[in-house]
Amino acid sequence: MPTKTKTKAEIADIIKRIELISGENIYKCYQCGKCTAGCVMAGEMDISPYKVIRMIQLGLVEKALESESMWLCAACFACRERCPKEVDLSKIMEALRVIQVRDGKPLIEPEEVADEVIEEMPQQGIVSAFRKYN
Amino acid sequence: MKYSYFPGCTLHTQTKNFNDSIKITSSLLDIELEELKDWQCCGAVYPLTADSTMGLVSPYRSLQKAYEEGTDLVTVCSACYNVLKRTNFAVSNDAQIRKKLSEYMDVDEYAGESKVLHLLEAMRENKGFEKIKEKTINPLKDLRVAPYYGCLLLRPSEELKFDNPENPTIFEEFINSMGAIAVDFPNRIECCGAYVSITSKRKVKGATESILKSAAKRNADIIITSCPLCYHNLAKEQEQLVQSDYLFKPIPILYFTQLLALAFGIEVGSCGFESNRIDARPILKSKNLISGGDAL
Repeated sequence: MPTKTKTKAEIADIIKRIELISGENIYKCYQCGKCTAGCVMAGEMDISPYKVIRMIQLGLVEKALESESMWLCAACFACRERCPKEVDLSKIMEALRVIQVRDGKPLIEPEEVADEVIEEMPQQGIVSAFRKYN
Repeated sequence: MKYSYFPGCTLHTQTKNFNDSIKITSSLLDIELEELKDWQCCGAVYPLTADSTMGLVSPYRSLQKAYEEGTDLVTVCSACYNVLKRTNFAVSNDAQIRKKLSEYMDVDEYAGESKVLHLLEAMRENKGFEKIKEKTINPLKDLRVAPYYGCLLLRPSEELKFDNPENPTIFEEFINSMGAIAVDFPNRIECCGAYVSITSKRKVKGATESILKSAAKRNADIIITSCPLCYHNLAKEQEQLVQSDYLFKPIPILYFTQLLALAFGIEVGSCGFESNRIDARPILKSKNLISGGDAL
């Protein structure tokens, strides 16, 4: 388990940062779970999409940022389409990714991607991945 | 009807067969596509950050150019469509974004006056499905075609307004107009895992496998798509699936305009089938849609 290192004020700052980058009010979510029910990647995530929001609401932002879930979000917008409270979870996942990338912790470096992947994948896929992961 | 055309990076490189079939078939439907001059990559994913508009510069430039040409903009790759149409929505509805972009680029303010259309929408607007019926000289009789929509054509629906996001019908209409059978399969609007496959294919396995198995259960002969990344993920997964599941038979994936070219009686050699990852010619031959000689 990661040790808690951040002060209350620092955590509040990260929550503010998530809201500023995503443009979403995270407190609108009332935990119905519809986002997760329709998420094709949820089964691969260590923390379910609805739980990611709950953790941010509760100030467990460090845990949310350590999770793999944001990198597995494929930005397919099914959650956004179906949310009864019109919370755009795809933007919250993007905010978590962007925080990591801006803080110098991208998921991939272009030179680390195998040549055969670059060769095989359509240009659209490569551009998308680098936009999301670096 | 004349439109500016935005092919995007993939259609100009890896999937030339998609681009070629678009050009051949659209001209037969009175849809005149003129490639936008000096177009640039749209960025492939719509930026979801509220605090930065940098990612909108490139799509905004293309939209602005189409407007200068006095035309609406047609695009076909699902990703380009999603990015360009959402950008157009943003600049139509948000004066601040539009001001920022036009000032940064030092161009006249563009406020979303040109429309962004997917080729299927352009067909719908120009009575294209009726025209397809009239111009089909090689009806795709008995061919079971599974329309794979994926995510980027449909969502977010309030911005794209492409079709009903939970129960779309435009691909089915397209398939029926060529005389083929549209296969109703439950996973047609689910995501394939998209760019996640760059990091670890295992992670998109669940998503791609359920789409393929769902189409296979409904006895699909062919899957059609308009997204090169969906195409890649679904084709790649089948290489694994044939190893692990002896009951699974590969389902060829085609770009939807390739099938249209076939229905229009365009010479098989010009339909681009030889570039597809899973060869569709054997199944097309078994349905008598191409002759033995054509298949070779």
